[in-house]
Amino acid sequence: MKNQNKGILKKVLNYIGKYKFFLLCSIVLAAISVILTLYIPILTGRAVDCIVGAGAVDFDGILRILKQMTIIILLTAAAQWLMNACNNKIAYQVVRDVRDEAFKKLEILPLKYIDGHSHGDIVSRIIADVDQFSDGLLMGFTQLFTGVVTIVGTLLFMLSINVTTTIVVVILTPLSFFIAGFIAKRTFNMSKVQSETRGEQTALIDEMIGNEKVVKAFNHEDAVREQFDEINLRLEKASVKAIFFSSLTNPCTRFVNSLVYAGVGILGAFLAIRGRISVGQLTSFLSYANQYTKPFNEISGVVTELQTALACAGRIFEFIEEESQVPDAENAAVLTNPKGTITMENVSFSYNPEQKLIRNFNLEVQSGQRVAIVGPTGCGKTTVINLLMRFYDVNSGSIKIDGTDIRDMTRKSLRDSFGMVLQDTWLHAGTIRENIVMGKPDATDEEVIAAAKAAHSHSFIKRLPKGYDTVITEDGGSLSQGQKQLLCITRVMLCLPPMLILDEATSSIDTRTEIRISKAFNTMMKGRTSFIVAHRLSTIREADIILVMKDGNIIEQGNHETLLKKENGFYANLYASQFTA
Amino acid sequence: MKSLLKYIKDYKKESILAPLFKMLEASFELMVPLVMASIIDHGIANADTSYIIKMGIVLVLLAAVGLISAVTAQYFSAKAAVGFATKLRSALFSHIQGLSYTELDTIGTNTLITRMTSDVNQLQNGVNLTLRLLLRSPFIVFGAMIMAFTVDVKAALIFVVTIPLLSIVVFGIMIASMPLYKKVQAALDKILGRTRENLAGARVIRAFTNEESEIAAFEKENELLLNTQVFVGKISAAMNPVTYIIVNIALVVLLWTGAVRVDSGIITQGAVVALVNYMSQILVELIKMANLIIQLTKALACAKRVESVFAITSSMGDGKLTAHASRSKNDTSVINNRNTQNNAAIVFDHVCLTYSGGGDESLTDIDFTVQKGETIGIIGGTGSGKTSVVNLIPRFYDATKGCVMINGVDVKDYKITELREKIGIVPQKAVLFKGSIKENLLWGNENAAKEDLEKALEISQAKEFVDTKEGGLDFMVAQGGKNLSGGQKQRLTIARAIVRNPQILILDDSASALDFATDAKLRQAVKGMKSDMSVIIVSQRASSIQYADKIIVMDDGRMAGIGTHEQLLAENEIYQEIYYSQFPKENTEKNA
Repeated sequence: MKNQNKGILKKVLNYIGKYKFFLLCSIVLAAISVILTLYIPILTGRAVDCIVGAGAVDFDGILRILKQMTIIILLTAAAQWLMNACNNKIAYQVVRDVRDEAFKKLEILPLKYIDGHSHGDIVSRIIADVDQFSDGLLMGFTQLFTGVVTIVGTLLFMLSINVTTTIVVVILTPLSFFIAGFIAKRTFNMSKVQSETRGEQTALIDEMIGNEKVVKAFNHEDAVREQFDEINLRLEKASVKAIFFSSLTNPCTRFVNSLVYAGVGILGAFLAIRGRISVGQLTSFLSYANQYTKPFNEISGVVTELQTALACAGRIFEFIEEESQVPDAENAAVLTNPKGTITMENVSFSYNPEQKLIRNFNLEVQSGQRVAIVGPTGCGKTTVINLLMRFYDVNSGSIKIDGTDIRDMTRKSLRDSFGMVLQDTWLHAGTIRENIVMGKPDATDEEVIAAAKAAHSHSFIKRLPKGYDTVITEDGGSLSQGQKQLLCITRVMLCLPPMLILDEATSSIDTRTEIRISKAFNTMMKGRTSFIVAHRLSTIREADIILVMKDGNIIEQGNHETLLKKENGFYANLYASQFTA
Repeated sequence: MKSLLKYIKDYKKESILAPLFKMLEASFELMVPLVMASIIDHGIANADTSYIIKMGIVLVLLAAVGLISAVTAQYFSAKAAVGFATKLRSALFSHIQGLSYTELDTIGTNTLITRMTSDVNQLQNGVNLTLRLLLRSPFIVFGAMIMAFTVDVKAALIFVVTIPLLSIVVFGIMIASMPLYKKVQAALDKILGRTRENLAGARVIRAFTNEESEIAAFEKENELLLNTQVFVGKISAAMNPVTYIIVNIALVVLLWTGAVRVDSGIITQGAVVALVNYMSQILVELIKMANLIIQLTKALACAKRVESVFAITSSMGDGKLTAHASRSKNDTSVINNRNTQNNAAIVFDHVCLTYSGGGDESLTDIDFTVQKGETIGIIGGTGSGKTSVVNLIPRFYDATKGCVMINGVDVKDYKITELREKIGIVPQKAVLFKGSIKENLLWGNENAAKEDLEKALEISQAKEFVDTKEGGLDFMVAQGGKNLSGGQKQRLTIARAIVRNPQILILDDSASALDFATDAKLRQAVKGMKSDMSVIIVSQRASSIQYADKIIVMDDGRMAGIGTHEQLLAENEIYQEIYYSQFPKENTEKNA
């Protein structure tokens, strides 16, 4: 654990290292401002000593002291401001650097990672964790640093005035730690109950409000209300307890501070009577007594904050250091206008080593041929797409396009040569037009409209409030599933690469829209090598090659006729059950 | 904010006592410098040890009384704040339960969930802080000034100048930086949005090799965030140094004035020390107050958001008729009623529907009648308005033109709960709730006996798989029904609607995850239920509705045809298109 933290700290320092100059400035300025701040009470004390009584005021002395004070005040303020500015600069720039790095990483991570990890978790690493890490670490650092300087400085200043009083302060202070620790321990369980109950309530809110329409359809509003109020009352009880007890820390530590203050007051007064210290020095002492305990309270907070910050930093670095996808080979070929002959030779692939999926698979697709992939849902039809687009690499064997292994060409040129429409539609937050031109950012309006017409999406886009400039949200907002898919088709229609990968729609789209979509597909496929995840009988029958998949495996291949002839073949059965009933 | 205050009403006592005790604590704090001053002026000057000890004890007593007041205040404020949040949450939840579909559509459930959770929690913290600190800090600031007056009027004038100056600076900087913080938040949201998008769309982005441009866009947005942050940082970084200067310069002036006044014998040395102490107390409180105000603005923003939810009221008025009354009062209360349709289960009388904010009409001139005991199929393309039609029956939405009648009575005249009780609806999305299968089925009818549940399971073709589950009816469904397959969930939602024993059963494309055979069995079993139940089946599969008494073909929000399967197949072009896309001609011919 320690070593791990050390490793993280080292990486953090690497990032900060770029801003060495600011860091150095910040440290120097912090030291200066703390020491100057601490010097003010001493000067105040001296000034007080010049004001002994009626007719006994040393005006010359006081004037000199006040002049000094003014200069020091201005210097302190300047140092404080500059220090803050430096800290901000470091903190925000480090955050920017880390985020840029993380985002770049995101674009080159293998899809395996993205598929296998919760997106919410990754987002929270890049956004929340980075924020917390910069706040906690950098602010924590400066607080820790100024805190320590303050404590040491105060001690030295106090010792320089009077040793006995200093000892009283030093002995009484730990009391406040003790009390704070005691309270924290006691309240831990109460906070736990509180957060558990809160979690329970959030789950209910999520479930019921998330499905409010069903609740209403069944007149269940009152029952749900009751359920909610029951948890709500429990939460109230738990919260009052947790909040009250944990809020005791402040008054209690303040009480200890007051005790220190009283102690210093009495002792100082006695010493003053004996002439061991002056009234002015007593004043300085009193203000030190007020200040001295504060950094201690802060530091105990800072330590936990630093720990959380380190944990956050650890999470973000873990992400940044994930293994990237294999980079393009140095002499990687650039695939230009491929004819579209695709050969798969002895391809084996599996997502995890224990479960073999595709074994020694061979396939030969001529330029312009159509390949239909069929099989029950969840049989792993996307695996083929994953391999062709090189989202995943084969474990052994090879996939060649026009005779070149796809691992020997640049990913960019490979993917540019494929047009892909997935059933799982994905849209950018932005205008409709921005979404269409993804593959061809410099397309003219005419081209966009022509593509939309070809994809049968023009008519519904036209009817949107602002046509092609309508802004849609990430999840497509008010667009229906079919409309979203038509948009994705338009996107491919605009640049029409030589090879296609198409995922036919299933249940979420009605048959008439589906007909429109398949018309669009047919236009696209003319003369292009195409892979279609097929559901419609007509598509399947017209295909040159049919791949039948089951449980991730390709179990049969051939064309409609040959597969039907296969006695008891999976395809033959599938066909019989689905299309001839 | 104002409208939310009523939720703290029940905690009036606590909300008054909490700040009072806080101020009591503050008063004791304010006395400390005076005690110290008298120690200096009497104790030290006269070398009076017993006086010093006495005063020392007074200091400890002040601290102890302060502690007790503070703890009391903490207790009352925790109670008031939590109580407030509890009441508010309950009221908000209740309010949301009362909204109609139209409002739920416009606000969005995600928003509602954040309003209920994080916003209310922020408000709770805000109230807690307000009760404890909002009065305390100004009290100490002005208290210190007044105490200064009791010490020496002329010296106190320095306070009179300093305090407003400080306030102007503190609030000025805050007001200046507040909108900028909003900008920071907006910039951060953009980055967050892009990250999320790039995760969800990783395949598409890579397929279109858009990685480079995405990185460039991200970096640009990130840089913008940095610049805003640094700019805001510069402004708010000025807060501490400037207040520091003002307070300490005031201190210098104070010392000088003090010196002059002491020299002429008007005040004592101890008084000067007391004045200096008051000045530093003010500085400490001001810093606290600045933090408090930042917290408060956040809480206020939350309050506004919560209020905006309360401001939305249901656009749907409740009717008065109960099911019983409707039958007897039929003739007098319903003017729109046509005699011939009196016995019809459902009548759509030239109905149009425009969703609020949705632009064009979604349904146009829908006109049909469903008799008791009839089965109606509705078929049509995505977005053709099938679901919109059935949503009008339980009054999820109100028709904008024309009217919908059930048993001869306008749905708007029914009490909504009465109306929905007659209807069993199975929505498109199969939603189940955390709890046992039994509990889920009881949503349909709380009073259903075990036999009723069993029967419903049989009809919905769910009995078989429920029996294999551990505990049968007591099998616990996980949140969102995650431990059931799509088909299983669908069958349970159908059972839930059947348990209700409804007069009208609506199946909104709710057999999509079932295979053809199960679907057919289900339809058969539903047919065998009580004879006067009307059934409406919405589907995209021609096979599901083929045998209905009447089929309505929807196209682009209009009825493109109505009739039996044979009639439609003979003359309706759209129906033909749909049918043959699913049953290719040669096959049908071969089988026929």
